[in-house]
Amino acid sequence: MSNRVINILVPIISIIIGLIVGAIVMLVSGYDPIQGYIALWTGIFGDSYSIGNTIRQITPYLLAGLAVAFAFRTGLFNIGVEGQLILGWLAAAWVGYAFELPKIIHLPLALLAAAAAGAFWAFIAGFLKAKFKVHEVIATIMLNYTALYIANAVIKKLSDGSFKTERIHETASLRSPFLRELTDNSSLHYGIIVAIIMVVVMWFILEKTTRGYELKAVGLNQHAAEYSGMSVNKNIILAMTISGMFAGLGGAMEALGTFQNASIKAGFTGIGFDGIAVALLGANTPLGVVFGASLFGSLKYGALNMPNAAGIPEEIVSIIIALIIFFVASGYIIRVVLQKLKKKKEGQ
Amino acid sequence: MSFLEMLYFIIPSAILYATPLIFTAIGGVFSERSGVVNIGLEGLMIVGAFVGIFVNLEFASTLGSATIWVAMLAAIIVGGIFSLLHAVASISFRADQTVSGVAINLLGLAVSVFLVKLIYDKGQTDMISQPISRFSIPYLQDIPFFGPLLFRDVYSSSILAFAVAIGAWFIIYKTPFGLRLRAVGEHPMAADTMGVKVNKMRYIAVVISGALGGLGGAVYAQTITHDFSHATIAGQGFMALAAMIFGKWHPIGALGAALFFGLAQTLSIAGGQIPYVQDIPAVYLQILPYVLTILALAGFIGKASAPKASGQPYIKGKR
Repeated sequence: MSNRVINILVPIISIIIGLIVGAIVMLVSGYDPIQGYIALWTGIFGDSYSIGNTIRQITPYLLAGLAVAFAFRTGLFNIGVEGQLILGWLAAAWVGYAFELPKIIHLPLALLAAAAAGAFWAFIAGFLKAKFKVHEVIATIMLNYTALYIANAVIKKLSDGSFKTERIHETASLRSPFLRELTDNSSLHYGIIVAIIMVVVMWFILEKTTRGYELKAVGLNQHAAEYSGMSVNKNIILAMTISGMFAGLGGAMEALGTFQNASIKAGFTGIGFDGIAVALLGANTPLGVVFGASLFGSLKYGALNMPNAAGIPEEIVSIIIALIIFFVASGYIIRVVLQKLKKKKEGQ
Repeated sequence: MSFLEMLYFIIPSAILYATPLIFTAIGGVFSERSGVVNIGLEGLMIVGAFVGIFVNLEFASTLGSATIWVAMLAAIIVGGIFSLLHAVASISFRADQTVSGVAINLLGLAVSVFLVKLIYDKGQTDMISQPISRFSIPYLQDIPFFGPLLFRDVYSSSILAFAVAIGAWFIIYKTPFGLRLRAVGEHPMAADTMGVKVNKMRYIAVVISGALGGLGGAVYAQTITHDFSHATIAGQGFMALAAMIFGKWHPIGALGAALFFGLAQTLSIAGGQIPYVQDIPAVYLQILPYVLTILALAGFIGKASAPKASGQPYIKGKR
């Protein structure tokens, strides 16, 4: 087995173990795992309405996954996707209702605002890391909470004490009658196209530009990068900022596509944290993120069907997702087992 | 409200909100001192809160006033066991400790809410009938000024929290165990050379963090929310993490930071009733702990530095 095969096998094995443990949990709790997984499956692929909503659910996961993966590739761990996404959500919603512009300007402007808000919030963490050696994991966790409370306070202010902003104008909306009709009135919107373009953008930046090469070099070996004349600090700040841009766009998907407004949140959306799982499963490559996001988006949306169709709490899927993260993170042990199997085969 | 009345209102409430943070933050100190980053404190608290409420609801009628202690003990044990997942992943399986911690947070919440739905058939438990109750300490409560401030209507869990903080300081700085713990977190290879079993020390430290995190969660649920749902521990674990950092990875520092954060929480929750504070928008008080932690890390409030080997798995024989 080559390293490449093992790299693909680790996430696949993790997913399989996750699903098996999930089945065991259902069995022990007195539920029927087969019924459970059938309910999950039909929840995802049952009809064109489910498929439309599943794709809608995948959209923000794609962008959150790209954000985490981009930072990872440059040696940074952006746990702050959640906060960046919340601020992007708010910025998009605000531009969406506060301005009156033709669609061709309004929609790009709202997307741009979201990207800028996310980028700015991530920039703070990058700046702190570059200038003051503040570890980005801790800084972004703290910035998540700061973003959540600030966004809530701003929404309250903007809406004169209500819990959500005004609805965005049609000119800023990502909603599409065409996609809705195609999918039996699901809430599928054009955001998926934006997300896929961003997948290509990340691939292009990392693989086709000198700057992308530098960013990766800093991620692989800071000292070597520094020695060859690259500015590590500048690259850290830039990498965080680009990562935050993806996260902010993830928020725009919710503001301009799914919800058409921004509302006060009692807690986090969870999309940012699941983005970590998406990136890990996708081995931090753009194409991998597409697979990771598809899996997590499908599981999350399909899970909603489980309480009704099989009487199983939807949290079972969150348990499975958490376990998959555990197993992917513990890839070392899976590698060891695979290597042993390989040696045994060679010995025969 | 006179100034004195204000103090009598704010200080006990600040101690109440600080108590769960003290336990959990000190748990974090143990784990990180041994070189294992524990972002999973939030998940550990959630599990502890669930176990505490579950035991309290199920056994209150048979155990009576002893219920809270059994509930806290159960939360300590289950929290310790739950944290083994983080220990195995990050110590033996060399997982990225931050990722493993994130998984602990997700898993803790998912498992707890799943069990609530399984056992009670709804997303939120009933209110407990035996919360941790307040009592006044005889004699001490009669001291002028300090009596009503610190010793009247205190929670037993708060007294325990101060004892744990002092105990943790003693263990970490005054015992051979503590010396080994810190050595493992600063320079595991040197410790290994001296015959300290690095991985064993780290396992013990992570389990202690799980036990204290579980206790923190159980105390929070039984003193403040009195029930359990997905939103019971919304961010308390991360605030404990912030207290640990703000307290510079030191038990007494963590105690002080937790008390300060408890004050901030009191002011943001009950600020509307307090003169002067009611004019400050709540959002400033809500973000205060997090912003302060960032400033502390940036070196504006004294330099705070993590144990050197924090976050790295120790691989024997690797230089």
